[in-house]
Amino acid sequence: MAASPETAPSGNLRSAFGGVFALFILLLIGVLAFSIRLFSVIKYESVIHEFDPYFNYRVTQFLTKNGIYDFWNWFDDRTWYPLGRVIGGTVYPGLTLTAGSMWWILHALNIPLSVETVCVFTAPVFSANAAWATYLLTKEIKGNGAGLTAAALLAMVPSYISRSVAGSYDNEAVAIFALIFTFYLYIKTLNTGSLFYATLNALAYFYMVCSWGGYTFIINLIPMHVLLCIVTGRYSSRLYIAYAPLVVLGTLLASLVPVVGFNAVMTSEHFASFLVFIIINVVALVYYIKGILSPKMFKVAVALVLTIGISICVIVIGILIALVASSPTKGWSGRSLSLLDPTYASKYIPIIASVSEHQPPTWPSYFMDINVLAFLVPAGIIACFLPLSDASSFMVLYIVTSVYFSGVMVRLMLVLAPAACIMSGIALSEAFDALTRSIKFQLFKSIETDSSAAEDVNSESSTTENDMKKADKHVAAVKAEDALRERPSKKNRKKEKEAMEKAPKEKEITEKANAKSQRAKRLLVLPLEASAVAILLLIILGAFYVVHCVWAAAEAYSAPSIVLTSRSHDGLHVFDDFREAYAWLRHNTEVDDKVASWWDYGYQTTAMANRTVIVDNNTWNNTHIATVGTAMSSPEKPAWEIFNSLDVKYVLVVFGGLVGYPSDDINKFLWMVRIGGGVFPHIKEPDYLRDGQYRIDSQATPTMLNCLMYKLSYFRFVETDGKGFDRVRRTEIGKKYFKLTHFEEVFTTHHWMVRIYKLKPPKNRIRGKTKKSKSASKTSTSSKRTDGKSKKNPW
Amino acid sequence: MAASTSLRFAFVLFWISVLASTALSDLVISKIDRRVDLTSQIVRVVSTLKVENRGHDTVSEVLLPFPDIQAKNMAYLKSSYHEGKGKGKQSAISLPVTLVHPEGMPPELTFYSVSLPRGLGKGDSFTLDVLTVFAHSLKPFPAEITQADAQLVVYQDSAYYISPYEVKVQTLAVRLPSGRVESYTKYPSTKLVDSEIKYGPFENLPPFSYIPIAVHFESSYPFVVVQELEREIEISHWGNVQITEHYNLVHGGAHIKGGFSRIDYQSRPPMRGESSIRHLIARLPPRAHSVYYRDEIGNISTSHLWANSKMTHFEIEPRYPLFGGWRTSFTIGYGLPLRDFLFESDGKRFLNTTFGCPINEIIIDHLIVKVVLPEGSKEISATVPFITNQWQEVKYSHLDIVGRPVIVLEKTNVVPEHNMHFQVYYKFNNLALLMEPFLLISGFFFLFIACIVYMHTDMSISKSSASYLAKQQLDEVRATVQQVQNIINRVLSVHNKLETSLRDLSRTGDVQSCKAVRKAADGLFKDLAKELKPLLGFLQSSPQASQIWPKVEELVAKEKEMQEKLMAKHSTVVDSFEKKHAKRDVENRVASIEQKLAILRQEVDELLDTIDDF
Repeated sequence: MAASPETAPSGNLRSAFGGVFALFILLLIGVLAFSIRLFSVIKYESVIHEFDPYFNYRVTQFLTKNGIYDFWNWFDDRTWYPLGRVIGGTVYPGLTLTAGSMWWILHALNIPLSVETVCVFTAPVFSANAAWATYLLTKEIKGNGAGLTAAALLAMVPSYISRSVAGSYDNEAVAIFALIFTFYLYIKTLNTGSLFYATLNALAYFYMVCSWGGYTFIINLIPMHVLLCIVTGRYSSRLYIAYAPLVVLGTLLASLVPVVGFNAVMTSEHFASFLVFIIINVVALVYYIKGILSPKMFKVAVALVLTIGISICVIVIGILIALVASSPTKGWSGRSLSLLDPTYASKYIPIIASVSEHQPPTWPSYFMDINVLAFLVPAGIIACFLPLSDASSFMVLYIVTSVYFSGVMVRLMLVLAPAACIMSGIALSEAFDALTRSIKFQLFKSIETDSSAAEDVNSESSTTENDMKKADKHVAAVKAEDALRERPSKKNRKKEKEAMEKAPKEKEITEKANAKSQRAKRLLVLPLEASAVAILLLIILGAFYVVHCVWAAAEAYSAPSIVLTSRSHDGLHVFDDFREAYAWLRHNTEVDDKVASWWDYGYQTTAMANRTVIVDNNTWNNTHIATVGTAMSSPEKPAWEIFNSLDVKYVLVVFGGLVGYPSDDINKFLWMVRIGGGVFPHIKEPDYLRDGQYRIDSQATPTMLNCLMYKLSYFRFVETDGKGFDRVRRTEIGKKYFKLTHFEEVFTTHHWMVRIYKLKPPKNRIRGKTKKSKSASKTSTSSKRTDGKSKKNPW
Repeated sequence: MAASTSLRFAFVLFWISVLASTALSDLVISKIDRRVDLTSQIVRVVSTLKVENRGHDTVSEVLLPFPDIQAKNMAYLKSSYHEGKGKGKQSAISLPVTLVHPEGMPPELTFYSVSLPRGLGKGDSFTLDVLTVFAHSLKPFPAEITQADAQLVVYQDSAYYISPYEVKVQTLAVRLPSGRVESYTKYPSTKLVDSEIKYGPFENLPPFSYIPIAVHFESSYPFVVVQELEREIEISHWGNVQITEHYNLVHGGAHIKGGFSRIDYQSRPPMRGESSIRHLIARLPPRAHSVYYRDEIGNISTSHLWANSKMTHFEIEPRYPLFGGWRTSFTIGYGLPLRDFLFESDGKRFLNTTFGCPINEIIIDHLIVKVVLPEGSKEISATVPFITNQWQEVKYSHLDIVGRPVIVLEKTNVVPEHNMHFQVYYKFNNLALLMEPFLLISGFFFLFIACIVYMHTDMSISKSSASYLAKQQLDEVRATVQQVQNIINRVLSVHNKLETSLRDLSRTGDVQSCKAVRKAADGLFKDLAKELKPLLGFLQSSPQASQIWPKVEELVAKEKEMQEKLMAKHSTVVDSFEKKHAKRDVENRVASIEQKLAILRQEVDELLDTIDDF
């Protein structure tokens, strides 16, 4: 609360000091946002995290090496073999271009940072930016104090930290900044009605479209707000300026992004914005006509227009419905549909449902991710209603929708976080404002009583009555009153500056007016003791939040997931098996060898091992993934045939049974069965379950014990301890001694977490067994067909 | 033994060609002892030659021939002699060795010539030691083994010393790493004692005598071969020498056949693969700091570091054990204090550091050493004790403008014997150190200056542009509205005063003072109305005020009405007070006015608020 309005009258120097102070606080907030995300680098190392960031890193490497034009035209043959993937047209390029240009600028300045370093630190840098954008947005809504508080809260909100620690080089890192900044520019345009900001807003929206698929949230939320404003009679020319250029320019710019393209006008996620665009134009026209016609004429005109308008609307809606109906999935993509109907994905698309971040969150995860903000948000909403301005109504709408969406998908908790921070910032700031003012006044009064009694006594007594009336009006809501006061009085201060120069005489009067307003607040004060205790409690609450955030940043969200550590009695133990395996693949296999693994490890394999993979985390082709899933769930021979038909040379499985690493392939295996069975019906989930239970011990079904995944995971596992005790499933394995006929072990990492097998070369045909060879050729032809459209059982 | 037979065939051919040529010197080697050390992957042959001149002419050089097969692998050749005869050998003095192509010699041989410190007269003799080091001379045989097999290698040489001179007496001793020998070429005078095979003594052999030998033995020594090593030595005059080494490593032994089994490797010692590379030990200079070990996908966590005052031991483990034919690549880097390596002489500075890599007993196929000197260094030259390719480059690093000069030294076939000191001389002015801080300071300075200039200049394109004028007008209108507001506030305060006076009147009954207040108020009202007039005129005429004007107008009207009502009330009350009406009566009369006043006041307040928002 750098520039509390009460400091106003002492003029220029003081306000300049306040500005510098605020700037300094902002700088510190930026440093905080950056440095709280460095735990991962300090505790582990400067390395790219998890799965998707590896892909982004690889794309960035390509961009920096080959330039922007090659990037747009990049056809990646290292993945989705033999289909490949057009990277330039299927990737949101915002993050890559951002990091690429950062790298380029650094190199132009002869600062030789590696691409990896730039990528690792992109997310922390952009969280600092996001904190500053939050400040701007909140400042537009509720003033400086709330802005600084919200920025400080956002700098360390765990939900955002989880996606933006150093190394977490993912779209969300820059997208949240883009989201907040777009909202800021929208509110700024709404408050100023400046076409300049409207254009900037469209550009910020363009950046958001470049960065993340979540841009649809913006393009639905802003129209909702516009509609709300219109319905509640808050239409103004500022609203028009804020919205119309955004839709027109924004849609044009969005369709320039290859991955969006014509989707910007074809899919129904965007239709709401066009509908509202039509409505706002109609409303603008109505207001214009109202201005030039007399009331009577206007009524006539309304009647006329309504009849025509309704008929046109019917036609337009008819066309829209026809368009929507003609497009597949009714114009909604699967992920968006699962937003509206949370059960959609788990019902229809196992691939979406199999990702844990697409599941609905649990209650504890709210507490984990936004912590005390959850309790402050309601207070912030109340503060937004007193008084309700265009800007604060937007915030209310934002928080309400984001709470809904976060309830659908864990991932969207990220969208809720900024809203929660802003709301809490407003609430905290208002509360502090009221409490500190009470204290200040109480202290001030005790001094004032002896000094300034003589001069003011007259006016004081005269104003008391007035104030009493006012006070009655406001006594219910203390906080609301200051909110009301804050903005106008700040404006006053600005004007006073000019006024003082022009008419020094007036100064006296304004001072008096100010004194009056001070008196006005006098009756809104709380008792000294109560406010002191309340401040103390608020500080404790804030401290609790800070402690929780630091803990979350340090312990919960900093693990890069490719390096695991465990603390035992003899110190820290490092499990670096993933990179061991990838390094082995990188150096000891042929450059063109194909590696098959479950899709989770696709991005990492291409990025770290530089080998061609069959499927990866960009799950665009369900059939292909189902083919791999089918192979993993089949017995050795058919699996070998599938893999051989895909030209696979190595199969990689992740196995946690030796060290107790729970997210291994055996635990994911049911998803492979489900996804595989979804396309190839001969794979049936019940075959792998004993009485509906998934087990790998001696009670397991023979199908389970003979499938490839089981065999590759547990090959020679029994020799480690003599019993074959699986530490993840906490049971002895069912089938202990077996040999592989079509695969051979070529590499197993130190803790057995990654095992790599090589497909044995096909055996020479034996002339005598013509019958067998015939059947073999039959299977091979039919297995080829599986790559195509046929989804029939090839075996 | 297919490989070795073909080799032998080549040797035989060579032998026939040798017969044709003739020895052309009067030198005779009266005694030669050769000791071949095969304990590691690097073959070291130490020969002690006693040369005698039996001719008449003074001879000042001795020819050392090597068959091409050996010469190709030869990494290092050094000949030296000991001053002081007999047992009192102290210092070995090295002799210059040059590659020569003498006339009439068989083309399959490569000749090196050793210049003797003094010419040998008739009957003089001279003893010299020759150390030759060969890389890649041990061939794994069989070339592919499984994880459980022991690694067997073959070494081939000649039992006789190949020389253009007659050799009187000679012996050959081959030291093996272990007692396990698969086979070796047996001649009558061959003995295998412990892990050493002895051939000879052979006597009175003509020039170019040759009989091949092959030793096939077990060597579990890991054959660490660095295919390419790039060392970058970067000097910073702020006090640090940063060394970065990029390794491209391969296991040069027998290739692994079949898969690698972790269970065998971890829990069955006989099958674990003795010859695999488990770890490497780098001996870094003392006081090495900021040591790191990583590869292209991140830090490698398996390393240990011990330091004492003489040496820093750095044990590094590759990500995975390296079996025959497996490769890996990694980078190690460390910083060293500048004062240990940088010296000054004759106004020139020179860097004195070792050439090869700090890891023990490895062969480097291709070594590039880059010395990055600070920006602004001049007159650069390098002194290396052996032949290297040299050239210069420029490297751009932190805040460079012209770039840092880099001197590049390139050498193939490097063995630990090359780990000698070399010097890079250059001139550097200490003032150039301040260049980069100065650059930063001036950069920020100009940034701030630019900010200040930006804040203090009017960047609008034209003073006469419509938007600029509109903005100015809007500001003016705002100021005027503010003034109007102030006046209204003042009027309202006068109202309050009047009300107070009425209250005083009812309390004290002092009519005179009340009238005085009234008079003053009247005067004030007039003044204020006068002040208000031009402002209202301006607002009415200004197009920018069109939005706010109706509100202001309403405000003024309401205020006027209020004023009138108040006056009326005041007059009534004073009147009735003077006429001593009953209090209740007065109240009744005033009540309606007061009601209106309250409504008006509320309206005025609201209007003030809305104007405030403008």
